Formats: sequence, C-alpha cells, structure tokens
Amino acid sequence: MLSSIPPFALFFLGAIAVAFTKGPVRKVLVLAIPLIGGLNLWFGVEPGVHLQIELLGYTLTPYRADKLSLLFGYLFHIAAFLGFVYALHLGDGTPVGSVASDVGEEDITGDKTAGLQHVSAMLYAGSALGAVFAGDLITLFVFWELLAVTSAFLIWARDSERSYATGFRYLIIHVVSGVLLLSGALMLAHSSGSVAFEHIDLSTAGPGAWILLIAFGIKAGFPLAHNWITDAYPESTPTGTVFLSAFTTKVAVYAIARGFAGADVLIYIGTIMTFFPIFYAVLENDLRRVLGYSMINQIGFMIAGIGIGTGLAVNGAVAHAFADVIFKGLLFMSMGAVMTMTGRTKGTDLGGLYKTMPLTATLCIFGASAISAFPMFSAFVTKSMIMVAAIEEHHYIVWLFMLFASAGVLEHAGIKIPFFAFFAHDSGIRAKEPPKNMLIAMSIGAVLCVLIGVFPMAFYTLLPMEMDYHPYDTTHVLVQLQLLCFGAIGFVTLMKSGIYPDEKRAVHVDAEVLYRKLGPWIVRSVGGAVARIDAYVRSSVMEVVGTALKGANRWHGSMGPLARSWPTGSMVLWVAVLLAAYLVFYLF
Amino acid sequence: MSQHLPVLIVVVPLLLAPLAALVGNWKAAWIVAAAASWWAFGVSIALVRRVLAEGTISYEIGGWAAPYGIEYRIDLVSAFVAMIVATIGAVAIIYARTSVRAEVSEDRGALFYSAFILCFTGLLGISVTGDVFNIFVFLEVSSLSAYALIAMGQDRRALTAAYQYLIMGSVGATFIVIGIGLMYSMTGTLNIADLAERLPAVADNRTIPVAFTFLTVGITLKLALFPLHLWLPNAYTYAPSAVTAFIASTATKVAVYLLLRFFFTVFGAEFSFEQMQLDKVLMPLALVAIVTMSLVAIYQDNVKRLLAYSSVAQIGYMVLGISFASVLGVTAGILHLFNHALMKGALFMAMGCVMYRVGSVRLERMKGLGKKMPWTMAAFVGGGLSLIGVPFTVGFVSKWYLVQAALERGMWPVAAVVMFGSLLAVIYVWKVVEVAYFQEADPDDDIREAPLGLLIPTWALVIASFYFGIDATTTADIATRAAEVLLGVGP
Repeated sequence: MLSSIPPFALFFLGAIAVAFTKGPVRKVLVLAIPLIGGLNLWFGVEPGVHLQIELLGYTLTPYRADKLSLLFGYLFHIAAFLGFVYALHLGDGTPVGSVASDVGEEDITGDKTAGLQHVSAMLYAGSALGAVFAGDLITLFVFWELLAVTSAFLIWARDSERSYATGFRYLIIHVVSGVLLLSGALMLAHSSGSVAFEHIDLSTAGPGAWILLIAFGIKAGFPLAHNWITDAYPESTPTGTVFLSAFTTKVAVYAIARGFAGADVLIYIGTIMTFFPIFYAVLENDLRRVLGYSMINQIGFMIAGIGIGTGLAVNGAVAHAFADVIFKGLLFMSMGAVMTMTGRTKGTDLGGLYKTMPLTATLCIFGASAISAFPMFSAFVTKSMIMVAAIEEHHYIVWLFMLFASAGVLEHAGIKIPFFAFFAHDSGIRAKEPPKNMLIAMSIGAVLCVLIGVFPMAFYTLLPMEMDYHPYDTTHVLVQLQLLCFGAIGFVTLMKSGIYPDEKRAVHVDAEVLYRKLGPWIVRSVGGAVARIDAYVRSSVMEVVGTALKGANRWHGSMGPLARSWPTGSMVLWVAVLLAAYLVFYLF
Repeated sequence: MSQHLPVLIVVVPLLLAPLAALVGNWKAAWIVAAAASWWAFGVSIALVRRVLAEGTISYEIGGWAAPYGIEYRIDLVSAFVAMIVATIGAVAIIYARTSVRAEVSEDRGALFYSAFILCFTGLLGISVTGDVFNIFVFLEVSSLSAYALIAMGQDRRALTAAYQYLIMGSVGATFIVIGIGLMYSMTGTLNIADLAERLPAVADNRTIPVAFTFLTVGITLKLALFPLHLWLPNAYTYAPSAVTAFIASTATKVAVYLLLRFFFTVFGAEFSFEQMQLDKVLMPLALVAIVTMSLVAIYQDNVKRLLAYSSVAQIGYMVLGISFASVLGVTAGILHLFNHALMKGALFMAMGCVMYRVGSVRLERMKGLGKKMPWTMAAFVGGGLSLIGVPFTVGFVSKWYLVQAALERGMWPVAAVVMFGSLLAVIYVWKVVEVAYFQEADPDDDIREAPLGLLIPTWALVIASFYFGIDATTTADIATRAAEVLLGVGP
C-alpha cells in the first residue's frame, strides 16, 4: 500500500508532524521519515507509473518511477538522512567546547532556528523527491518552485541581515527559473499537445526547449547563472548548507539528464564549468565558498557527461552526481563542524585545528580524497566514466580541459580545504570536537565514499543505462596516481623549503607550477582578468538594472504620473482625447 | 413561479431596497439585505442550471412581445455573470455585518444596506436584460448607489474619490447612452437581438462607427481600462472594506460583460474586430495596463491601493483575452472574470480584517501581522498566490488559457508579457508578505485575530479560489460554451 504513495507525501506529512513536536519525539521523527521512505523505495517500489490525474485536458503524472528517478530517489533519501543526523543536535543549545561566541555574531551555529530548519529541510527534501519522480512538466514546475521557497528558509535561518538579503536574491533567481520552466513547458505543450517530461530534442522542439534548458541551467549553475551558488551557500547555517548542497543542483542535473542527454551544447557548457571556478576557488578565502565553486566544477563534469550522451557518459554523470552529493556533503559537514565549533570559516582565521579536532580533520581528509578522485574513493570510479566517454567520442580538447580541471580540484578542494582548516599556521583556536551526531553523519558519509570506490560494480548495477566499464585498469590507476602524486609532492616540497607562501596570498597558484609548468603569473593574470571581466559585466548589468529601476520609479513611483491621483478635469480630458483618437481611428 | 425567475432575480431585491431604508434599524436592514442577496444567489444558480440544460431563456415583461416590450434574455454569458455578482454579493453581505458596523456609523446603517441592495440589483439587471436602454437604466442604478456606498468610507478622501467616480462614471454612462441613441436613430429598435439583426444593413452609414466610438470609450471607462482607470484606485482605497470587496469583484466584471455584449452580440465579432479592428485598440492598452499598473502596484504603501492597481492590471488580462476574438481567448477572458472575482474578493476581505483590527492598511502598520493575525494573513497569501498564478489556484487556470490563446495566434511576445506580469505580481504580493511575516511587530499593540464574522466569508472565497483552481472543469466548460455563444460558433 505504501508503494502507491508518492515519496514526497511522506516528507510533507512528516514536516507537519515535525512542526508540532519537540525534543526527543522530533529527533526520532526526522530520522525515521527518510529511513522509512528510503526502505520503502528500495524494497517496495518497482519502475512504472504509479499515479496519474487529469487536469485541464492534460494528463499529469505526479509519480513515475524508472531507473533514473529511482537512483536519485535513493540518493535524496540518503542525503536527507545524513543531513538530519548531522543537524540532530540543533535546539540543544551551543555545543560543548564551542568557541563560536568569541566571534561576536550571536547565533552562528543556527541553534535558535532549529524548528524552522528542521521543518523547511523536511519540506525541501520532499520537494526534491517530488521533482525527480514527476512524470510531467507541470508537476515538475510545482516542485521546482517549492524547492526554491523551502530552501530559501534554510538561508534565512541564519537570521542575520546578510543572510536575509542573500536568501531573497536566491529566491528571486529561482522563481525566475521556475517561470522560465513554466513558459518553456507551455510552449512545448502547445506544439506537441503533451506535457509529459521525456527526452527533448533541442534541434526540433523549437524555442520552448531552449527556454526549458535555460530554466534547468539556472538551477544547475551554468556559467553566468552560477553566482547564486557561491552567494547563498556560504550564508546559510552550518547545517543548512549541508541540505542546500545536496538537493537543488542535483535536481537540475537530473532534469537535464532526462530532458537533454546528448545535446552537444552541454559538452561545452559543462567543460567551461569544470575549469572557470578553479581560478575563483584558488583566490577565495571563505572555505565554504571555496566548496561552492568546487560544486560548480563538479557539476561541470556531470553536464559534460550528459552532453556526450553515450550510455557510459550519462551513467558517469548520474553516478558522479550520486558520489558528489556524498563527498561534497561530507566536506560541507566538516566545514560546518568547524564553523559550529569555532564560528569561523575563513582560511586566514583558521589553522592548527587538528590538535583538538583530530576526528573531524580525518573525516574531512576522507572527503577531500574522494573529491580528488584518489583510487579506492568514490569520484575515482564515477568521474572516470565521463573522461573515458569523452575519449571514446573523440572529444580530445574537452578531455584535456577536464584533466586540467581534475588537477584543479586537488588544489582547491583536495588540499586547500583540509590544509587551511586543520593544519597550516596555528591560529591558536582550541575548539573541541563537534557533537557526536555530527561525527556520526560524517563517518557514514566517509564510509559511503569508500564503499562506492571499493565496490564500484555493485554500485554500477543501479545506474540507468547499459554499459561495460571497469574502473580499475592499470592505465587509469597510474594516470590518476601520477596526477595526484605530482600535486602532492609539489605541495610538500614547497612547504619544506619554506617557499610556500602565507595563505593570505593565492597559495595554490604556486603549487600549480609543478605539474602545469606554468608561471604563477599566468594563473594570477588569467584569474585576475576573469575576475575583472566578470566584475565589469556585472557592474554594467547592474547599471542597466539601476537605470531601469530609476525609470520605473520616476513613472510608477508614488508621485510618478502613472500613480498620482489626478484632478477630475484631467481625467475628463483623457476621455476627450481618447474619444477623438478613436473617432479618427474608426472613421479613417 | 419558476418561469418568472428571470425577472424575479431583479424585482425582489429592487422592492426590498426601499424596505431596508424604511425599517431604519441597521440590524433589520441587514436582514432584508441578506435576504435579497441570498434570494438572488439561489435564483442565479437555478438560472445557470436552466440555461445549461435548456439553452437561452427569453422572458417578456408584462407579456409585451419583443421588440416592442422589454425582453429579458438570459444566455450562458448573462447567467454566468449574474451568478458571479450574486455569489460575491451573498458572501459580501455576511462579511458586511461585522465590517460595516465598524466602519460606517450606525445611523447610516440602514441607508448603507439599502444602497447596497440597489447596487447589487443594478448589476444583476445589466446582466439579465436583453434591452440596451434597460442596460443604461440599470447601469445608472448600480452606479449611483455605488457612489453613495463609496462616499460612506471613514476617510474624508472617500468623498472626493466618490465625487470623481461620479463625474467619470456619469461621463461613461452618457457616452454609452449616446451610442445607444445613435443606434436607435438608425435602426429604430432597442432590443439586443433585434439590433444585431438590423445593424448590418446600415453599417456603412457613418453614424454607426460614431456610435461604436462612443460605446468603446464609455465601456472602457466603466471597466477602467488603462488610461481611463484613473477614478478607480482612489475609489477602491477609500471605500468601506465591504464595499471595496464587493465592487472590485463585481462592478468591473459587469463592465467587461457590457464589452462582450455590445461588441460580440450587438455589433457582432466580425464587424467589431475585422471591420473596426477593435483588437488593435484593446490589445495594446491591455498590455500596457498589465505592465505599468503592476509596476505602479509595486510602489504602493497602502495595500488597498496596491490591490486596486493590481485590479487595473488584472482587467488588462481579461481584455487581452477578449481582444484575441477567438474561442480560446474569450474563454480566458470570461474565466478570469470569475477567477479574479474570487481572488480579489478574498484579498480585499483580508484587508478588511486588517482594517477592522489595526485601523489602517498601510504597510508600516502591518509589521508582524503574520503572527498576530495568522488566519487573515494566510488568507492574503492564499489570494496572493492566485494573483501570481501559482498552479492549483484559479489564477493559474486563467493564465494557462490566456497563454494558450496567445500561442494559438502565434503571439509569443504577448505570452511573454503575461508571464512577466506574473513576476511583477510576485513582487507586490511579496512586499506585503515580507512586512507581515519578516518584520517584527511593535510589542505594545494588542492586535488580535479578526472575528469569525469576517474570517468565514474571507476563507470561503480563498477556499473557492483553490477549489476552482484544482477542479476547473465546471468553470472552464461554462466559459468555453459562453465564448462559443458569443462568437456564434456554438449551439
């Protein structure tokens, strides 16, 4: 019986229950809901259409399961479970041993908004599930907008002026994406007569398909539409960001994989996404923002894989999405733990934490190893599918860019994150290990990273497409190890010889020299140029927006001619003018 | 008695109006008004059912055969509009009992209800009559009583607002009667069906385009189509809350009905849109109304005024649908007539609740109301969602049809403007939500939730706006059939 209930329904009902409970009951609830839902999905749900309704002459399919949606369904249940384990301590007061209050910000741990966070995270996870099981574009649109609204509350939960403004910007961008989605859906429905969400051919489906792709792209963080990720994710609470990183972009990846697999344009968009964030990530100081950039880079691999479009590539993309939610979640969790215990996330403020937080440091290194694609870790067996597929389809340039980007991942995520937070110069902060639930959540994440890396064949059976691929061949392992070893050796050499500069400057630019054979000045000038162009484009766009707003205000503001109360005489004059105009129009 | 229903829907309230004034006591007057509204509500439902089952009803007053006597002619369009008016009237009268008592002094209570019934009767009369001069008479009945109702607002500016409305409304009505007179001079008849038959023969005469012009200006003035909307914002802002809720959901709707009746039935769609190219006038004005009036709404601090400007924008949507002159477009227009009545009624009623407790609907006085008046603000959010056009609300259904109608004509940019209008609606609805939910209330106020007498009617409309958003088959079906009747393609 439970199998005919859409997965989102359990979460939505659960959210109501969570809203009206407190203390231990709530804790049991938030863990039980994703657990029950996940077990039900795993054991009780077969592929097929489970729910259909008629509305306005169209067939809506709010619940359709196939291998692709089921994979994301499992993933989101795991992510929700991990997220709730991680956020379980909320509402119990500031954790023991935290020095967060030294920073001055009142509630940096997000403890005071525990109820809001639990309820909105539950609704948010439910919306993500609703979206991946949506069999038509209208249902998808509804959950698309719900995702936006529910997640905005996770940003607002930080309860600061800044997070309020950020959350609002975030919401606007996502509502625009939703409106575009609906517009595209309407156009497609008009031309094809159906709102079913199936593969869409960009070359024949008309402008509606492009609008739909842009709508998906905004949520996936396509270049120029990526700013919301790095803007919003660092502004949420330590626990909120963990949820945020899991769902929104992955729903978009799912939607693109279903709708636009094999669209060539995606290869290039994806490739650009893999390398341009690296420059920013290397220069960035806020470690959670670094992870935001790193997220765009990882999504780039997925988008490129979807664009390549072969069975192997699409499998690679969705498998990488799966792995990414877990290792990126793990990294965000470790940074969230640091933030909860120290109140800081900037590289320059941290360092030396391994002395008092050894477990967190170890778990963070697990996540860093996974994202850097060390053999025996998850990204090694997922990202490689995309790279191999690129070679197989003769996209050599694309492959080279991806290789470069992989090295960049090691620099900005693999080394920078754990090094600056836990090692580097000693900041003198003596914060204790985070609460047990945080450690447990991180441990589960770390175990999953390793399990996928060690038993890839078991994981591959879940993937939607047919393929024949074995990740552990000699060449692959060797190439990857070379790439990683040279990066690591360079790093160590520079550290020992004392050339390694202070982290306030762009350290990784120097480490880049060794295996890229490029002078640091190139990276710096390229990075600088990208930043300058970006700043210029942004400021000129803002100027146009500002002028438009000023104009709108002049005409529509409370004293503008369109909004004033007019004297009766002028009103009547308007009538006369219109009468004359109509007479001329009708008679001549 | 049932064959006399077409006239009884008007006659019974018309006779009850003086009774309400004569009883003097506001409580008794309210009972009379409630009886009148609920009577009309019941009859209107019966009429819709009968028209759906048997087709157009023709009723000859006093047994004088048309075209010499006055004919009441109820087709699906008339019946549907009459039902909208009667439904909103029936809900608004319940709401008025609590709201009016707070906003209008007790000694004027009886007069208020008497004017209310008259206004209501006039609007119903316009929709059921089949005689153009009779339309003018009922138009004046409803307008004059509406001026009186608006003038009873608490704010002193209500008086000037009512005065301006009086001048503009009278100009509009005069133009309409000039148009009717010119047509009469050419055809010698006032009966709508008869006019429709005789007009083509004299259409080449210049008098007819002149009549057409006067009617265009008169009707677009009455329905507050940009730029002839200037009387509307003040009238809606300063009127008593119950009056705003009632008039905003009915008066302009009946004016839209006049537009449909004159240009589709009397002149015929072919003459209006192909020969006179009415769409070339209506569509640009509708689009400008949607964009500029939504923008103006964004900048308002007084929420009733904000909603009033939003109404002008929403009228743009209705007129836009009609200007396509296709079955789908007119269906969208008629559907939005009903849907907008529900949502705007709900929104203005929610503001009436705020007015009742806070005494003002300015944004700065609404801080933190989300906590203090949860049901009221939830109703506002519900109505607001509809205004934006979120799925599973009536607003979505209207926009869906409207966009489909635009796409059918291949007008992508028009569809884009409709979607853009939704985005603007998000902003102005959000403005209120932000203040009510995200700003801290002044801890000194002891503002409580509004009484049930206000909340129940408000929520009735909110729930209806969700119900008809999820199950749109009934309304969409009636609207489609009504559009087919107007365009002469249906049975």
